[in-house]
Amino acid sequence: MKKSYKIEVDCAACALKMEEATKKVEGVRDATVSFMTQKMKVEFEEGKEEKDVMEKVVKACKRVESDCEIYVS
Amino acid sequence: MTKKQKRVLYRIITAAAFLAALHFLPLEGPVKAALYLIPYLIIGYDILRKAVLGIIHGEIFDENFLMAVATIGAMLLGEYSEGAAVMLFYQIGELFQAVAVGRSRRNISALMDIRPDYANIQKDNGELEQVDPDEVEPGSVILVRPGEKVPIDGVVLEGVSTLNTSALTGESIPREAGAGDNVISGCVNISGLLKIRTTKHFGESTVSKILDLVENSSMKKARSENFITKFARYYTPAVCYGALALAILPPLSNLFLGSPAAWSIWIERALTFLVISCPCALVISIPLSFFGGIGGASACGILVKGSNYLEALSETKYVVFDKTGTLTKGVFDVTDICPVSEFVGKWGSEREAKEKLLEYAAYAESYSGHPISKSLREAWGKEIEASRVSGVEEIVGHGVTARVDGREVAAGNSKLMEALGLAYMENTGVGTVVHMAVDGVYVGYILISDRVKEQSREAIASLKKTGVKSTVMLTGDSEMVARHVADQLGIDQFKSELLPGDKVEEVEKLLKNKGVKEKLAFVGDGINDAPVLSRADIGIAMGALGSDAAIEAADIVLMDDNPMKISLAIRISRKCIRIVYENIVFALAVKAICLVLGAMGIANMWIAIFADVGVMVLAVLNAIRCLRVRERV
Repeated sequence: MKKSYKIEVDCAACALKMEEATKKVEGVRDATVSFMTQKMKVEFEEGKEEKDVMEKVVKACKRVESDCEIYVS
Repeated sequence: MTKKQKRVLYRIITAAAFLAALHFLPLEGPVKAALYLIPYLIIGYDILRKAVLGIIHGEIFDENFLMAVATIGAMLLGEYSEGAAVMLFYQIGELFQAVAVGRSRRNISALMDIRPDYANIQKDNGELEQVDPDEVEPGSVILVRPGEKVPIDGVVLEGVSTLNTSALTGESIPREAGAGDNVISGCVNISGLLKIRTTKHFGESTVSKILDLVENSSMKKARSENFITKFARYYTPAVCYGALALAILPPLSNLFLGSPAAWSIWIERALTFLVISCPCALVISIPLSFFGGIGGASACGILVKGSNYLEALSETKYVVFDKTGTLTKGVFDVTDICPVSEFVGKWGSEREAKEKLLEYAAYAESYSGHPISKSLREAWGKEIEASRVSGVEEIVGHGVTARVDGREVAAGNSKLMEALGLAYMENTGVGTVVHMAVDGVYVGYILISDRVKEQSREAIASLKKTGVKSTVMLTGDSEMVARHVADQLGIDQFKSELLPGDKVEEVEKLLKNKGVKEKLAFVGDGINDAPVLSRADIGIAMGALGSDAAIEAADIVLMDDNPMKISLAIRISRKCIRIVYENIVFALAVKAICLVLGAMGIANMWIAIFADVGVMVLAVLNAIRCLRVRERV
């Protein structure tokens, strides 16, 4: 399953860091973060609950880039 | 500017004013340090915080870290104004970048201003209600008033109007729409009130698909973008270690050689080195260039599905066309009617004889759904009275025989005439021939052909001018038709009488014979050629308004059916890629030179600030040029 989320991030390098961090989260098959469109696209692994995974994604992203916002919902 | 950006701006102004004031005060010692610390913290507190958080989280080598170390180091060495200024200019650069990106994002969304905000639904009491287009079920009836956007794809039930499709196609020629016509969401209704029965959900409608495509296009990254990502991953740690080495090794070797260590000189050089090395210019300007290129292209009705396709498009050396619907209009027209000369007298004047011939043909073919039959009926242009036709028999691959007004009419190709044992005229024109016989006597033929688009010839010529090596046309039509069209348009090669499967083979052959760096683009109308579109390096679908299959299968979608857009797309991609390389080379060259100068002690902190912020600003300004498309078709 793929879903895209609106995000708020200030710089291109930060977006890259978020992408790297999101890819490492368990339950995420692939992820892309676009600084330009301020969007994050996440592909989930089969059978994973989106809500749980996204919680971890938000945490991981906040770790690498404290100023970022991800609008899950 | 957003609130966040405004706050940064105020901080910049305050800190700059503070620094300017301090510059004129004769300060010394700890007082000076303390006073300079104020503007430094005003402007840099968030960078310092992020740097600390980064270290805690194990993300050490980022630009916050670089800036924090460089400025703190400068402050410790007593270079107070330099330390604060580096932070100040870094923030100015960041703010500039954020504003530039925000602005180009808004520009692009303004260009793609096709998202409808609401749909009008008529309630039982006749009042109009505005609802979210998402809530409208397929099959509902919606009203679109003049000046409003068509929110959902559908069919016109009542009303006549003209629609402006320029937001979708970049063309300003309006389209007519009346009862029974399909209308596409995203068009703007210009003149009359339209009552539309929706045929799709909003999410499935053209406008949603296009917006989706444009918004997701920056997700597919180009090679040069990936290069920068990888580059940054190794580059930042490398310069950090380089700076460390610069700070430690020369003083140590000085000590070893018995001369003074000169720690502060080398540490200062190392800090300069750090400031210069910040990779921001590259990291921001390259995605911004691609984003601008894709945005500029969409404003012309050219949708590119990813930066990687834009990059590939710039290397296009072969362009393969499907003929029908791409170079030609894909609509059959009766182009010639040739009655046998002896019938001209028998059936009245030449004009009357021609009309009679067409009338028989239209009636005989009145039950067929074949495009050729349709074109015959359209050319005839009058109502078909079903009672005049009987005994219609369709002979597959030959034509039809029918009884019209009590006479036996046969209409079909030469095979049908041969089967009926009739001699027929060899035609001289190009196109599909419908031979006619009435009561067992050959009476003449009607020539039907597919019209070449007005812009096709110019389009091929302009492709040549942009450096395309070879243009190839593939078609299922006969060799004669193919040769005629190819000659007319100046196409280099053509392959005729191909079945849909053969087209894939032909494209594969071409793919095998081309160089690695040369890309092959296939241009089709998205009907029946999805496999070829996906097999080619770049699949370009044309006239995609209303064809979902084409939008799905292609890498680049031309919203209207003007072949001139192909060379325009190539030119846009070339410009974009050129800007990307300009930025890469410029940024790396300036940094490399400054790094060397910094290591040798020639470049000071001020040059370092230029190498970082100045280069970034210039690179961003250059990247923004991608958005502008000078020539419009």
